[in-house]
Amino acid sequence: MDSYNKDSLANTFLVALLVCLVCSIIVSGMADYLKPIQQLNKELDQKQNILRAAGLLPQSAKVSEDGRTVEELFSEFTIRAVDLETGEFLNQVDTKTFDPIKSAKQADVSQELSVEQDIATIKRRENVSLVYLKMKEGVIDKLVLPVRGYGLWGTLYGYLALEGDLTTISGIGFYKDKETPGLGGEINNAKWKASWKGVRLYDADGFPSVSLVKTRSDSNSESAQYEVDALSGATFTTRGVENLVNFWTGELGFGVFIERLRSSSDLARR
Amino acid sequence: MTTQKEILLDPVFNNNPIALQVLGICSALAVTVSLSTTVVMCMAVLFVTTMSNLAVSLIRNRIPTNIRIIVQMTIIASLVIVVDQVLQAIAYDISKDLSVFVGLIITNCIVMGRAEAFAMQNGPWLSALDGFGNALGYSVILLGVAFIREPLGAGTFFGFEILPTADNPGPFGWYYQPNGMMLLSPSAFFIIGLFIWAIRSWKSEQVEEIEYEISDNVQYKEAM
Repeated sequence: MDSYNKDSLANTFLVALLVCLVCSIIVSGMADYLKPIQQLNKELDQKQNILRAAGLLPQSAKVSEDGRTVEELFSEFTIRAVDLETGEFLNQVDTKTFDPIKSAKQADVSQELSVEQDIATIKRRENVSLVYLKMKEGVIDKLVLPVRGYGLWGTLYGYLALEGDLTTISGIGFYKDKETPGLGGEINNAKWKASWKGVRLYDADGFPSVSLVKTRSDSNSESAQYEVDALSGATFTTRGVENLVNFWTGELGFGVFIERLRSSSDLARR
Repeated sequence: MTTQKEILLDPVFNNNPIALQVLGICSALAVTVSLSTTVVMCMAVLFVTTMSNLAVSLIRNRIPTNIRIIVQMTIIASLVIVVDQVLQAIAYDISKDLSVFVGLIITNCIVMGRAEAFAMQNGPWLSALDGFGNALGYSVILLGVAFIREPLGAGTFFGFEILPTADNPGPFGWYYQPNGMMLLSPSAFFIIGLFIWAIRSWKSEQVEEIEYEISDNVQYKEAM
């Protein structure tokens, strides 16, 4: 050990190299080994989010009130790929592996939005997205749409669920956000989310007209049915939620698809 | 000559990393809203601090002085990533609640402080004990804070309701109105402050010497 000089140049490089090598083997080995389990967790979490948005699973429990598990509840849903341009179902897309958010980043399968179009500030919109359909006795019971849009600090990712009439909101839920806890973070507040149930989406002309308001209009008036309470202290988040709901149910989002689904009775019966 | 017992237990009350050295406050504020996230965070810090002290101590005679901090950081960061990956696999919901704070263990001053101050000079066994002891001191304070915050802030204890809230009133219709401030970070500052007060009243040798005294305000006298 006499000749060993730990501060020599050679030893510095050797130690640095060995430490990096050992650490990277441990980290990548661990990540690789745990990946399948993490993937399952993510899928389960996504299913829970969809079920919660549709109001089929309580916000804080992992089984429904009648004791059914997430897997059982979710098996009633069919996942379909939808061409947002034409509103048609696409059967050749593998819904298990297809990721609409990823495809929005690829220029050949997405389209750029102009400033006027892009009210939800998502920059690019995918050409094909996924919808989650729940049928009951041959008619649509719930339709869950993936939605996203910019809040205050980052993009909000969530699901919007519609009732079988395709014009009434059944529920909303966000699974990823960067909003301020206690202010914009209140988008995850169960009471606020519950207030979305029954809100009408489209006005008489077929335009998405949800508005988040400080003061509700008179409950008998025409506009009251499109209103949800805004979140106090979170103006930008509120505006973001309003815009993203109206964007994704509008003609650039799932509007064409919803219109098509509603008008074609044979589609609705499938 | 310090004994093993002292190395393990000294950081809990006599030389607590949070209460005396005032390190690791950031995560102490962030994760103590509920007890279950706090317990997981404490276990993560226990693992990282013990293992990083052990690893650094094992190679301490080989680490070149110039790059010792980077070597320590690399080891700590790798351990933290391992913990994060494991949590994502076995406790996905809690790892979502903890979000960035597991990753931020890397920057927790306690972990690096012990690696640099203790593990670089001591053998593997003592270093591991020291790491475990310091993380234990951190955990004691965190659990204490969460023990106060969760029941007062949400009326629950490990997620189970112990104080009926307005949504679900108890017998005779009484209910507890949760104190929302307890869910926000500032409440942890107050609680940690009270802990420090309590510990220093009990062990008065921890009270720091007064560095300067505020002199009398004489300006109003001049005005008169």
